Amino acid sequence: MGKFLVFAESSGGILKKGTIELLTAVKNSGQACEILALGADAEVTANEAAKFGATGAIICNSPTLANYNPELFTVLVVDMIKKSQASTVLATSSSLGRDLFPRVGAKLNTGAISDCTELEISGENVVVRRPLYAAKCSAAVKFENGPIKIILMRPNQLPLGAPGVGSIKIESVALPKLDLKTVIKEVVRGTSQKLDLTEANIIVSGGRGLGEAKNFQLLESLANVLGATVGASRAVVDLGWVAHSMQVGQTGKTVAPSLYIAVGISGAIQHMAGMSSSKVIVAINKDAQAPIFQKATYGIVGDLFDILPKLTEEFKRVLS
Amino acid sequence: MKIFVCIKQVPDTETKIKIAEDKCGIDVSSVSKWIISPYDEYALEEAVKTKESNPGAKVIAICVGPAKRTQSTLRTSLAMGADEAIAIDAPDSLDTHLTALALAKAIKNEGGCDLVFCGKLAIDDNASAVTQQLAEFLDMPHATVVTKFENSAGISIITREGDGGNKELIELKSPAVLGASKGLNTPRFVSLPNIMKAKAKPLKEVTLASLDVSLEQRKISFFDFRPPPAKPSTKIVGGEAEQQVKELVRLLREESKVL
Ligand SMILES: Cc1cc2nc3c(=O)[nH]c(=O)nc-3n(C[C@H](O)[C@H](O)[C@H](O)COP(=O)(O)OP(=O)(O)OC[C@H]3O[C@@H](n4cnc5c(N)ncnc54)[C@H](O)[C@@H]3O)c2cc1C
Ligand SMILES: Nc1ncnc2c1ncn2[C@@H]1O[C@H](COP(=O)(O)O)[C@@H](O)[C@H]1O
Repeated sequence: MGKFLVFAESSGGILKKGTIELLTAVKNSGQACEILALGADAEVTANEAAKFGATGAIICNSPTLANYNPELFTVLVVDMIKKSQASTVLATSSSLGRDLFPRVGAKLNTGAISDCTELEISGENVVVRRPLYAAKCSAAVKFENGPIKIILMRPNQLPLGAPGVGSIKIESVALPKLDLKTVIKEVVRGTSQKLDLTEANIIVSGGRGLGEAKNFQLLESLANVLGATVGASRAVVDLGWVAHSMQVGQTGKTVAPSLYIAVGISGAIQHMAGMSSSKVIVAINKDAQAPIFQKATYGIVGDLFDILPKLTEEFKRVLS
Repeated sequence: MKIFVCIKQVPDTETKIKIAEDKCGIDVSSVSKWIISPYDEYALEEAVKTKESNPGAKVIAICVGPAKRTQSTLRTSLAMGADEAIAIDAPDSLDTHLTALALAKAIKNEGGCDLVFCGKLAIDDNASAVTQQLAEFLDMPHATVVTKFENSAGISIITREGDGGNKELIELKSPAVLGASKGLNTPRFVSLPNIMKAKAKPLKEVTLASLDVSLEQRKISFFDFRPPPAKPSTKIVGGEAEQQVKELVRLLREESKVL
């Protein structure tokens, strides 16, 4: 029987938006949905997922799972998927999902596809599409020769359902005792407590037009008002103004937020490869000929040092 | 010490992409320039650096793809410091699963290895899958998005970039498969003498059939290729800064409703 299993990710007991989107998609299709959760608060995650329509959960709850260990997670997830007898596994194309599921797929001798931007569930059928060649085209995905479809969806692509009340049947699996070849020694939390770029719903990105590193504060202020995550072009990463983890583009992160605000970014093809599937793109640039305007939904031709503080104030005014 | 580096040949980032007649791929004949996928340059550089600090070590570059075309990329890899190269002749339509399987079998045929370096992802399919699949088929631990690497006494000590800019310090028992990211090193320039030397280095060709891998076994294929949806034309918000800002915020709230 066809069965959908959503890999639920949460942080601090709150479901990630991408997970809620997947739960909503399955719920709206009328199919039964189970989840799979592992971590230090997997039970909380399961109960949260119930609010979005999940009726069953297979969990592994252990403080050992607070940090991601690819080897341990692979063994557990493979085991849990087999238990569930699911035919389709849905997960977010987060950095954890992207690292974990290709290996899970290989172990299950089945296909895993990352970075999908379209998902349609009709009956037990799923149709997915993903961008290819730096978003210069997209294609539909066909699964062959494998017992299970593993689909990783980019966040911010699907509608979010509202939470309701629901009950969930939880099955726990024990942490296996393994002789691991992978040891996580330490995890240094990123300075930013904000959402990862790949999951952010709003991104404010800066380029060389900002002139110098300290002017990124202008973007930080704007981002704080919007609850946005700050991104950057490669030019400023190469200049050492900001960390590579903030780079958007072909050799940085591929993002698809609802709103992408590009400030002082010219819009090189390699940058656009990473953000062109954003729902709404705003470009702020003093050069009316900058290529970024060709991809933008809205453009302001002007000096960012003039525009940014006013924009931050205006957002503050209307959003408060 | 034997180190493999997996090199993918991809269309240059600036190339225009033409969709094939049958819409089941791109028209590869329209691609004017092929390059080493940028992250694989970091992988190669790290392999060569590791070799340089481990006397007697050997670096083998390995690439899956149409051998006639990928040879040039492998020659470049040899010029960048690899000692030998293997071209696994295969169609472009192989999926990541079979690519990894072919790589694993070829590596095993060579008697295994101590380390494998891959790139964080290939910039054409953006899959970030082959590294982990290869590790599974070789039964080795893996780490992706590696920004720092040290090797001592059979242990790889790496730093990887996790979610939200987290830095994860991980130890892996060798042999291991590592996915190189930016920040790991600065790939060296290819010098003319090294290009000349590369011509004399061994480059061998291996068929998919000899590895017992066939296209029919693939798990994933793509069809119905389409160009990206046309964006509605850009609305340029005019006026003085105050007006521009007010109008933009209004549009975001009332027209596109993203806020
Ligand atoms: C293989 C390869 C991979 C690459 N990968 C990436 C990638 O992943 N991501 C990426 O971003 N790039 C990437 N690049 C680099 C890319 O080609 C561009 O060089 C880079 O994106 C340019 O960054 P920028 O827009 O910040 O700088 P610039 O191109 O210098 O643009 C600065 C812009 O700021 C505007 N400006 C200046 N002052 C002001 C002001 N006061 N007010 C308003 N506007 C102002 C200017 O008009 C200009 O348009 C890659 C390149 C290669 C070859
Ligand atoms: N056809 C290939 N030949 C050799 N190595 C490959 C090939 N495809 C992928 N790889 C390796 O796997 C990494 C990840 O690729 P991908 O999973 O396609 O994003 C690349 O950076 C390469 O190191």
